[in-house]
Amino acid sequence: MSISPIEDRGYAHPEYLVSTEWVAAHGSDPGVRVIESNEDPLVYPSGHVPGAVEVDWVRDLNDPLRRDYLHRDGFQALMRRIGVDRDTMLVLYGDRNNWWACYAFWVFRLFGHESVRIMDGGRLRWEQEKRPLVRDVPEYAPTRYEAPPRDDTKIRAFRDEVLRHVEKRGKLVDVRSPEEYRGERMHMPDYPNEGALRGGHIPGAASVPWARAIDATTGTFLPAADLREIYERGAGLSPADDVVAYCRIGERSSHTWFVLTYLLGYRHVRNYDGSWTEWGNLVGVPIEKP
Amino acid sequence: MGQPRGRSDRETVSARLPERLARTIELMEMSPDRADRIELLIDLANRYREVPVRIAERPFEESHRVPGCESAAFVWSEPRDDGTLDFHFAVENPQGISARALAAALADGLSGAPLDQVAAISDDLVERLFGPELSLGKTLGLTGIVAMVRREAVAARARTRESGSTGG
Repeated sequence: MSISPIEDRGYAHPEYLVSTEWVAAHGSDPGVRVIESNEDPLVYPSGHVPGAVEVDWVRDLNDPLRRDYLHRDGFQALMRRIGVDRDTMLVLYGDRNNWWACYAFWVFRLFGHESVRIMDGGRLRWEQEKRPLVRDVPEYAPTRYEAPPRDDTKIRAFRDEVLRHVEKRGKLVDVRSPEEYRGERMHMPDYPNEGALRGGHIPGAASVPWARAIDATTGTFLPAADLREIYERGAGLSPADDVVAYCRIGERSSHTWFVLTYLLGYRHVRNYDGSWTEWGNLVGVPIEKP
Repeated sequence: MGQPRGRSDRETVSARLPERLARTIELMEMSPDRADRIELLIDLANRYREVPVRIAERPFEESHRVPGCESAAFVWSEPRDDGTLDFHFAVENPQGISARALAAALADGLSGAPLDQVAAISDDLVERLFGPELSLGKTLGLTGIVAMVRREAVAARARTRESGSTGG
């Protein structure tokens, strides 16, 4: 199935996306490192883009003890291990419509790595085009990557900030499923719940499930006009808004953060990674439930 | 009561598992190295067979969809003459390799097993098969597949009891 070129889709920052064709041609260039990041830990070992390394969000991006992301030393160790320098172009892709690739992108931006891209269409598109997948795991010479301290002030929101945001009627977007947004229990007994004591959503949040930004057939991002229809006409957001996105633990909402920030050019979008597993368990915070 | 769950307790749980599934789990637990376990799981996923068309065709009925499974998994059971069940699966997400591995393990390990044993399978078999590093969402989705299989066995057991059969 043909898709329109990235540069023709009207994005605010098309340079943050690369096509599968570009990766096939340039993925092995010096100064480029292709990185696969998935939800399913079996996907990378079963076959991946030639030359790609894996960054696993559980093992590589999270602090093993505290609920937090890795700190400067851990990030440096990760980047040194996958053989990248501060100016290496990191091209992320993965399963589930780049959900986890966008999550890794967001974490990399917390450490200020400038040159990061998402491969449009992700793994799905690569497979649809029958491009090669290999099982050998590449090894690159370790580097001396130096990272600044993690900056949580610009694109990350914490619960107290979200509470103040709610109190001043700031814009929020809940990217979970409509059932999660409405706080409905799983309709069959004995099925696992969402890990929160209360169901519903943060007051004032608009419901826009994250995957609406994707063409489900090709896994590619929708053109900007379609995205504006969804987020602006549909959910009442506008580019000048201060927006907080959230989901259950901040992974799906990093995908929406990417869409709003880079494809639509919003300048003040933060990802609330505490998300519903924090908000739905907090004592005394307001909740809306239709 | 109140004792930490240890090896002997695990062995007791294994003893209650249908034999073929217990063997698969033991094989995984004998592979503490993550890379070895991943290879075994990928081999398992390669043995996945989609539900035969005599049982179901697309679009699959929503009543067979596993709630909460992001890999869009579906479960069916087919009664055997002896009252036990064959289990069939479909995993619609082309990258749902873990779901396919679990489906293959359950189809092989539970089909034809005594209903009492299938009805008693525990959610913790997901962690025992895949190890402790799965995401919460992935664990919930895979546990949903186990729960749906369990419910099929419970329902079949109730039907066989109503009809007076021993049901395996």
